[in-house]
Amino acid sequence: MSLVRALLRHPSGRIGGCIILLFLLAALLGQLGLTPHDPLQQMRLDRLKPPSLTHVMGTDLFGRDVASRVMLAIGQSFIVGFLAVGIAATLGTVLGLTAAWFGRLWDGVVMRSMDVLLAFPAILLALLIIAVAGPGTWTSVTAIAIVYTPIFTRVVRGPALSIKTREFVDAARTFGSSRRYILTRHLMLNLVAPLTVQVTLALAWSLLTEAGLSFLGLGTQPPAASLGLMLADARNLMEMAPWLLIFPGLTIMIGILGFNLTGDALRDILDPKTRRAMA
Amino acid sequence: MNYLTRRLLTFPLVMFGVSVLVFVAIRLVPGDAITAMLGTEAGLLTPEQKAALASYFGLDQSWWVQYARWIAGVFSGDLGLSVTYGKPVLDVILDRFPLTLQLALMAMVIALGTGLPLGVFAATRNGKAADLGVRILAMIGQSTPSFVVGLLLIYFLSVGFGVLPAMGQFVPLWQDPLTNLGQMILPAITLGFAFTASVTRISRSAMLDVLSDDYVRTARAKGAPARRVIWRHALPNALIPVVTLSGVEFGYLLGGAVLVEQIYALPGLGRLVLEAILQRDYALVQGTVLFIAFNFLLVNLLVDLAYVALDPRIRLGGN
Amino acid sequence: MTSLLRVSNLRVAFGKPPVQKEIVHGVSFDIPAGQTLAIVGESGSGKSVTALSVNRLVDYGGGRITSGEILYTRADGSVLDLVTAPETTLEKIRGAEISMIFQEPMTSLNPVLTIGTQVEEAFRLHRGLTGAQARKAAKDALDRVRISDAERRLSYCPHQFSGGMLQRVMIAIALACNPRLLIADEPTTALDVTVQAQIMALLAELKRETGMGMIFITHDLGLVAGIADQVLVMQGGEAVEQGPLDAVLDNPQHPYTRHLLSAVPHFTSGRSVRTDHDRSAAAGKPVPALNVQDLVVRFPMRGGFLKPSPGAVHAVDGVDFDLMPGETLAVVGESGCGKSTTARAILGLVQPTRGTLAVHGKDGTAGHVVQMVFQNPYASLNPRLSIESILAEPVTAAGHRVDAAVRQRMAMLLDRVGLPQDSLKRYPHEFSGGQRQRLCIARALMLNPSVVVLDEAVSALDVSVQAKVLELLIDLQREFGLSYLFVSHDMAVVERIAHRVAVLYAGQVVEIGRAADVLGTPRHSYTRRLIDAVPHIDRRRLDYALDTRQVPSLVRPRGFEPSPVAWVSHGPDHLSRTEA
Repeated sequence: MSLVRALLRHPSGRIGGCIILLFLLAALLGQLGLTPHDPLQQMRLDRLKPPSLTHVMGTDLFGRDVASRVMLAIGQSFIVGFLAVGIAATLGTVLGLTAAWFGRLWDGVVMRSMDVLLAFPAILLALLIIAVAGPGTWTSVTAIAIVYTPIFTRVVRGPALSIKTREFVDAARTFGSSRRYILTRHLMLNLVAPLTVQVTLALAWSLLTEAGLSFLGLGTQPPAASLGLMLADARNLMEMAPWLLIFPGLTIMIGILGFNLTGDALRDILDPKTRRAMA
Repeated sequence: MNYLTRRLLTFPLVMFGVSVLVFVAIRLVPGDAITAMLGTEAGLLTPEQKAALASYFGLDQSWWVQYARWIAGVFSGDLGLSVTYGKPVLDVILDRFPLTLQLALMAMVIALGTGLPLGVFAATRNGKAADLGVRILAMIGQSTPSFVVGLLLIYFLSVGFGVLPAMGQFVPLWQDPLTNLGQMILPAITLGFAFTASVTRISRSAMLDVLSDDYVRTARAKGAPARRVIWRHALPNALIPVVTLSGVEFGYLLGGAVLVEQIYALPGLGRLVLEAILQRDYALVQGTVLFIAFNFLLVNLLVDLAYVALDPRIRLGGN
Repeated sequence: MTSLLRVSNLRVAFGKPPVQKEIVHGVSFDIPAGQTLAIVGESGSGKSVTALSVNRLVDYGGGRITSGEILYTRADGSVLDLVTAPETTLEKIRGAEISMIFQEPMTSLNPVLTIGTQVEEAFRLHRGLTGAQARKAAKDALDRVRISDAERRLSYCPHQFSGGMLQRVMIAIALACNPRLLIADEPTTALDVTVQAQIMALLAELKRETGMGMIFITHDLGLVAGIADQVLVMQGGEAVEQGPLDAVLDNPQHPYTRHLLSAVPHFTSGRSVRTDHDRSAAAGKPVPALNVQDLVVRFPMRGGFLKPSPGAVHAVDGVDFDLMPGETLAVVGESGCGKSTTARAILGLVQPTRGTLAVHGKDGTAGHVVQMVFQNPYASLNPRLSIESILAEPVTAAGHRVDAAVRQRMAMLLDRVGLPQDSLKRYPHEFSGGQRQRLCIARALMLNPSVVVLDEAVSALDVSVQAKVLELLIDLQREFGLSYLFVSHDMAVVERIAHRVAVLYAGQVVEIGRAADVLGTPRHSYTRRLIDAVPHIDRRRLDYALDTRQVPSLVRPRGFEPSPVAWVSHGPDHLSRTEA
């Protein structure tokens, strides 16, 4: 696990890694129901309480504990994010790799299709998909996955094309190595680095998109907790209860920051070209 | 075939793909097309009336005939009728578009105007405290979603300074520029916030890359002063990735407008898409999405033209 | 005699103090006005850092001069210590009094600015010229480096020029203000040998013309012989030997200098070729290990939109040769001559347009009897696979299991190529360039081939590593009875390993025969030009003749076929193509 060690040595990797671990822990506790309070229970007497020792992030309009809801919401974001990015990375890798390898017509078909998807601003494509399929968690997953697939396709195809012309692939051909061996051992193994970086950055982006869609009321539907929904609810109460705005807002920001920092650190570690710029 | 011809040829191809995708997406909406078109009002119709309407709109024809009719309409400026507005879709769009365009352009000016100098500045101070400060700020900026920026801005301005952003009736630029800019400046900052951060990061790293290139060393060996090395020799090369980013980001700005217009209650194109989706006004959804994608592609084409101007290797073809 | 530049006890370090690393450990030298000092060394010797310290460009590469003096005598006789000079003074000196040219002409010019702009800049900065005057001066500067049609070419961008032309543009820029000292950092390393000769001729002539001093940095002692007055040999950041040219070359004192002179391949016009294989001595008519007949490789060019294809690039155009068991045939030529394409076509990496290949009398190259070693040792091993997987690849690809016998062969070959047994569990990045090339050789031998194609197999290595790998190749050839097809641009290396030589020019063999004959008494005009251009330790202070011929285009119209070959024989086993 030299990568983890390298990550911990990298200043932004250390911070980013800690943030991700913290968020994962919060999400896990939230999903296991181990929150300080019941995130769904409405307490009429505790409405709009500012942060205190019992409610560290205060309570909302229905007297629900904001901290517990934030934990639940992080879990929701992660479920959407991990699923969507997982699907996009898998699809994108298969498409990018085959496009680079087979070239010609297949490459043209794949890449022009990806161009079509990329012709829509990301949020707009997600909205179009939601317009067709109706809002909800699964639509969010699908939408984010479709939006991110072309990006993974490009991220894989570029390096795959250049690795394909490297001399070790030529050498493999002179031995008569099978196509499967070349694709898996020579190409895929060398694509792990750019993919890892991209997955991390894509997770940051998927957190943002999930929150954004929920903020517009087109993502996660109430009463499930989502950071975007919490912010949307906080809008009209911000002067009365700023904690409703500040805590979920900071949570999204720090979460995205964690993935961005880690992604950057990974890029520095895995890409020798940027290593030079760091020196 | 040179780069430009190839780019010009792929433009209609991709646009065709976009139109097919939008067309098919709307046909995939569950339920019959008349219900989709009229929304809840369709419930007032008898099956015979529905069939008559379907025949009138050509909905009893095969998909490709319907597509051909639709695309022929698009070419003559007919994007269909908006049920909610009772007006041609194109009219509704053109009403709303100037605001969104202005918003995106202002965000872009803010982002390039602050991000580029900041990035170049940080690159020339590589590794020093100022560089670290810029990098931390840019990292945080890139990680803050526009809706968080917008809400926090409104909150701090109203609570901290008692200033409420002008959210009244929107005034177009040509009617009253001052009022308009007062209304637009906060939304533009909100929209351009993350973009500024990415421009900073990209221009910093591009500049660093370029500064270690051989021709920069040549310029120094020639006795060119530091400032000239940066502005005359390094910057034109470092601009190439910034231009690429700007093209892609313009799309994000058009998309991001959905959220920002929602926060500041601005009657732009982004909010129109949202309304259309919530109202199930599918002709409007279809038209707006197509319109935005077309503009995005157009901007990317312009970016490629800018490329050609910047980089003689593309302009004159490789050897 | 007045000294132009006196460097004493120069120390240069990189990095910030806690992790500072000293690269140059106290180097001193002295250059009298108008003289040339050659700094010779291999990569990592600190020779380039030393040179970059003279005009303080090293500051921009993260380096710092930690002690020492660089005393430079200006035109008015005043002496300036460049180590302590302020940046503003240095800017006035750089390009005006001390100029520099670099190793990579292709990347040393700004890709987005025209040649004219970049040449004019020198005049703008130091002579205050503007507009038409600057343009006129730039045109004259290009004329001076013998660039024809200078007026028009001022508006070209760097990517429209060849490497040799760009290096001439670089020289034009460097000499624009008639500097008193020129620092040339491996200016010809990236160029073909005939182009190298052109550049060397130009430098020698301009030096005579202007009387400037020069620091010439190189790894090639042969080049030093042709241009230097004084020689400084560097190793590991220290000056191990310095003195007048003849003293250093003829009577070297330091073991490293002696090693550079004796162990490293130097071209000797065919006097040191191998004599351990003689095809005429073989009884009867043996079957060639590899026979290539009428090999043709063409790459059709894509037409424009609705335009027909203008023709094809004739990369290899009718190549024939045979390679006997135990023999080395060197295929030599300059970039673009088709030598690598020939090698790749034999291995099936490019599809030949036509031609027949026979291995031991049987058609085709199947059966793993032909293996290949590539040029770049850093790119030819997959960085993510262990050495064990790398060595196992040819075996599994051939459909065999990795069993005890295979493991034994891996161990034997590792031992044979001089690598430790624990290498198997390690990864490529843990090995140096020379070691990686040894791994590539071991991998090529896993299936016990009879023919090995070596495509510039030692070109990317440092000169002393080159010598060792060549020795290894010769030993392996004897031990396993291998035939080598040795593709190379480097005549000194070829002389060490080849039994026979085939010279390729524009996709065709122009001369073929025994190494001693082809390298010693070349008959074809191109071979002669090529051989004359090769640097030679015994050719001292050359008056290089200026020759600005360009490489011919390989693009031929559709349906073009080369005229049938007619050969002239110059003795047993020495043929050259007739010339028009």
